[in-house]
Amino acid sequence: MRAFTYSRAEAVTHAAEQTRDGARLIAGGTNLLDLMKLEIERPDELVDINRLELGTIDEQDGGLRIGALVTNSACAADERIRRDYPVLARAILAGATFQLRNKATTGGNLCQRTRCYYFYNRDQPCNKREPGSGCSALGGFNRIHAILGASESCIATYPGDMAVALAALDAKVEIAAVDGSIRSVPVRAFHRLPGDTPERDNVLEPGEVITAVVLPSPAGGAQLYRKVRDRASYAFALVSIACVLGMEDGRISHASLAFGGLAHKPWHDERVDALLLGREPSDALFDEAADVLLADARGYGANDFKIPMTKRVLKAVLREATGENA
Amino acid sequence: MTRSLTMDEPDERNRLDAMAQGVIGKPLDRPEGPLKVSGSATYAAEYRYKIPGCVEGVLVTATIARGEVTLLDESSVRDLPGFIAVISDERMIARPAQGGAGESPVRKVREVQYYGQPIALVVAETFEQARHAAKHLKVEYREEPDALVDPADERATFEPFEDPTIQGDLEGSMRQAAHAVDVIYTTEGHNSAAMEPHASIAQWDGETLTLYSSLQMLRFNRKELADALGIEPEKVHLLSPYVGGGFGSKLGISPEGVAAAVAAIRLGRPVRVVMLRQQVFQCVMRRSETRQRLRLAADAEGRLIGFGHEAWVSNLPEEEFAEPVLQASEFLYPGENRVLDLQLARVHRVTAGSVRAPGEAVGMQALEAAMDELAEASGIDPVELRLRNIPERHPSEDIPYSSRKLEECLRSGAERFGWDKGPRRPCQRREGEWWIGSGMATATRVHNLNEAHARVTLRGDGTAEVASDMTDIGTGTYAVLGQIAAEMLGLDPAAVDVKLGDTAFPPGSGSGGSWGASSTGSAVFEACEGIREELARKLGCAEAGLTLKDGHAVSGNRKVPLADLLEGRDVEEIGHFKPGKIAEAFAAAMYGAFFTEVAVNAYSGEVRIRRFTGAFSLGRVLNEKTATSQCMGGMVWGIGSALTEDLVFDPRDGHIVNPDLAEYHLPVNLDVPHLDVLLVEERDPAGSPLQSKGVGELGICGAAGAIANAIYNACGVRPRSFPITPDKLLPGLPEV
Amino acid sequence: MPLTINGTDHDFTGDPRTTLLDFLREDCGLTGTKKGCDHGQCGACTVLVNGQRINSCLTLAVMHEGDEVTTIEDFGTAEELHPLQAAFVRHDGYQCGYCTPGQICSAKAMLDEAASGWASFVSEDLSAPGRLTPEEIRERMSGNLCRCGAYSNIVDAITEVLEAGR
Repeated sequence: MRAFTYSRAEAVTHAAEQTRDGARLIAGGTNLLDLMKLEIERPDELVDINRLELGTIDEQDGGLRIGALVTNSACAADERIRRDYPVLARAILAGATFQLRNKATTGGNLCQRTRCYYFYNRDQPCNKREPGSGCSALGGFNRIHAILGASESCIATYPGDMAVALAALDAKVEIAAVDGSIRSVPVRAFHRLPGDTPERDNVLEPGEVITAVVLPSPAGGAQLYRKVRDRASYAFALVSIACVLGMEDGRISHASLAFGGLAHKPWHDERVDALLLGREPSDALFDEAADVLLADARGYGANDFKIPMTKRVLKAVLREATGENA
Repeated sequence: MTRSLTMDEPDERNRLDAMAQGVIGKPLDRPEGPLKVSGSATYAAEYRYKIPGCVEGVLVTATIARGEVTLLDESSVRDLPGFIAVISDERMIARPAQGGAGESPVRKVREVQYYGQPIALVVAETFEQARHAAKHLKVEYREEPDALVDPADERATFEPFEDPTIQGDLEGSMRQAAHAVDVIYTTEGHNSAAMEPHASIAQWDGETLTLYSSLQMLRFNRKELADALGIEPEKVHLLSPYVGGGFGSKLGISPEGVAAAVAAIRLGRPVRVVMLRQQVFQCVMRRSETRQRLRLAADAEGRLIGFGHEAWVSNLPEEEFAEPVLQASEFLYPGENRVLDLQLARVHRVTAGSVRAPGEAVGMQALEAAMDELAEASGIDPVELRLRNIPERHPSEDIPYSSRKLEECLRSGAERFGWDKGPRRPCQRREGEWWIGSGMATATRVHNLNEAHARVTLRGDGTAEVASDMTDIGTGTYAVLGQIAAEMLGLDPAAVDVKLGDTAFPPGSGSGGSWGASSTGSAVFEACEGIREELARKLGCAEAGLTLKDGHAVSGNRKVPLADLLEGRDVEEIGHFKPGKIAEAFAAAMYGAFFTEVAVNAYSGEVRIRRFTGAFSLGRVLNEKTATSQCMGGMVWGIGSALTEDLVFDPRDGHIVNPDLAEYHLPVNLDVPHLDVLLVEERDPAGSPLQSKGVGELGICGAAGAIANAIYNACGVRPRSFPITPDKLLPGLPEV
Repeated sequence: MPLTINGTDHDFTGDPRTTLLDFLREDCGLTGTKKGCDHGQCGACTVLVNGQRINSCLTLAVMHEGDEVTTIEDFGTAEELHPLQAAFVRHDGYQCGYCTPGQICSAKAMLDEAASGWASFVSEDLSAPGRLTPEEIRERMSGNLCRCGAYSNIVDAITEVLEAGR
């Protein structure tokens, strides 16, 4: 770990100013310190934001406003979230471990960086870590990599679970700027595709701080989070699906699906939701949804399996959500 | 006094069963348990707190596969706070020593032979300073292009590692066979991944080097370290009282230990070097990947007439180790027509060496999966097929088996599990999204013995001490050595102190190859025999007429407290055990059988183990609790080998792609069901004077085969490629 | 405000890079907490901070002013074991012992979490997760790797303590 100066932010605007000047914010630290030890992250200044008043979950406009410093554990344990947004609780509980979730925060988890093996190896070329150096995952071992939305610069995936559920719930990220102004960005638009600037994971700008995630009013219906991984627990998703789906009179009245493990961001495809809406559930429909979702999917060798896996698991999820038997 | 016992023939005396104390074999708690659960057992790195002035070293590892270090630019780190030195010395080692080497491994740290090789040590006042400087150090290389890093590379050439076993006409028997299987299985590399990273603290007083280190076999490690440093072994003092897991990775002296020693000598200060977890992957030991061809030819009744097992493995140039994949295939099954051939390719990947149960761990899982294919091809129940294939004598060498309870294991395990002998077809049982199936496999692991010394002191107050440089790496050595002495000397085990892991004590066998308890235990036994004779003399009776129980010596109608008999004087004996000719006279092995029920997700191909039974025969059980735990541990390794563990090497430069515990997937608690272990009663006079054999490795040997067979029975897919991750099952799963 | 470790106040004034884990082990001499991976991937460094279990390797000592840290040393001594420690010994819920302090800290926190009604990924009903079945214990203890493979015995040890406390 490179030496840094440590300070505590007293106010959100203060933290925002610090990031404008190149400091990194630390909350739970579960991802940042991991990367700092490997010197993949090398901040000169570390600003501890844990003393900011961003640690509560409050009701707002029929939904909930989850402070950026609410830990993953606290979020998943909140009665309102368990009752009204079970897909979010399930997704959080599918990620990491109790120990990590006790530290990891809502804002920090949104900013979690990729687990691409080559991003994690400082001695290998990686455009995300060192723009212009090349992508080692192309031509390397890419079993965990993206099948949607990747570029020639980067095929890394966003590794988290919570944000996949937030994308399905169409939550918004509340971001404060140095001048105290607030902007709201849909979670679906918060993370970026890599394009030719994979070093940027999301749309957060220097001088900005995530202050909260805002959930819309409860959508009800079936809420599922399905995660496929290499061991039963404590592993990143090969493929995950967050599903919020309502039925009325035998037809799908609401559908919102998001996918993890497939892309540089939690993947949401409006065409899939639209296709399902108003239709009677059937295997043919579910296959059609998978075909729409995966029309542009592309494997890079070791991750080719994600295409059939996604199709099969999507069918499992939709069967369960619509009450069709497995 | 030293008493020697060389085992040239079976020891039929069965002395332990004739003793009166009745503690041998009992499921006693580990005596060191309270220290471990309270965090007060001290592991190597933790001595630093007690050593003033100890500074920190962090290894620098190569970032090329092959070439030469042309520059270690000290000026790039000299001005960093706390920086002390960059050391890259001809005495440092580039690889760990192989188990039992007794001499330095390849040094030449500036000649890079694999990605991840240690090339230097950076020393600083604190760990954070040293780690940063190690990462910051500017290194230049002359890189040799196109290093051969992948055994699958077409340039890789395989050569026989040892003389193959070729008997009769295997191809002919394959043609004649009523049922035959000819299949290729692959397994990937494994890492021992002991929870305690390799760690050493070196102190040099100008004469003697003291090294607190995490090591399995001190009597060899002492010579290895001395050889690397160019000093006499007597000048090396090693301490490893607690070792946070080894599994083969700490058999030999490892790079951090030698680097710490060199640095301590050069700087005149105590130096600690702890490997980063990534370095434990990059520069200790891997189990070689394997490619295995199994040819099984059976007659109409399923009896093997032909048996072929060929394996292709890899290692670095100059290493004298090849994963002994065929070790169990030599003796387990019959078949007069045989080909057993182990081939090795030299590639520039981290050293291949012993990882828990070298050979059988991967050889048996492939063999037992192939046997399941033969059972299917012949329509014979898999348990029955194995029962029909228990040979009379070793199929290649004209020697008998020692005690072998394979049949009992197969039968008792099947009964305990509730094995269904009915016809077996895949995809017959479905619960919700899950296909359910069962599978079984045989377990076997060769029995090894090793020379060992141990000192036993019966103290004047009637308590005892056992001392050896033997280690306890979680295996239960503290418990079993104490129980052996307590049984032989008629003491409450609580009255026996066991001191281990210090080269100041007589040299034990070390922990490895499952030989520790039987070998060092036999040295303890022999020392106790000497003490018993001395007590008999004091009591004035023949040793045969001496009963020792509850701290008393009894002969005829005399019963004397030991403390009175000893009159306050200690009796000390050193037992020296040598394996002798017994190893050649018998095919001695441990046996067992695995039965498991698995669930395979019909959509995703995820596998869950629902039930797992293992029945094992290990010779005499010295402590039922620790033996059971060792078997369980092996079975967990079997789950890892079957489903999750996979060391991935980049095809371009041979670096390990997943060198951490996030991406090298050890089984977690949720991967493991309640494990059901059954220990089958056995005494093996050819096993050791204790009539015991080995325990620690058997539980893995074949376990993954049982799981693979259960997966096939559940869902009808046999990937023939371990680990069986979901992606490998998907293409064969029924449509959803 | 000082950092309290097992009831004793400590002032941290060292290198801000120092993790809580290294502070405990190297500066306070509390070596019961183990370093297995230093990256939050094994759980050997699990301690309780304000009653909650965390990986002490992934947090900086400097960030814990005013916090109460509990390590294995606060549970019981080798002579006088905490019920969880005694159960681990009785059930042989360890072998090499290196992951063990982390397992025990984790188990303690798990029992408290369950008492607070926290659900896990394997809970059927998120709002009423119910009693700690072996399956629940396995999932909730999955953040603590044990390479010796003592999981089955660890679950038995915890179950015994759980039932004794009921």
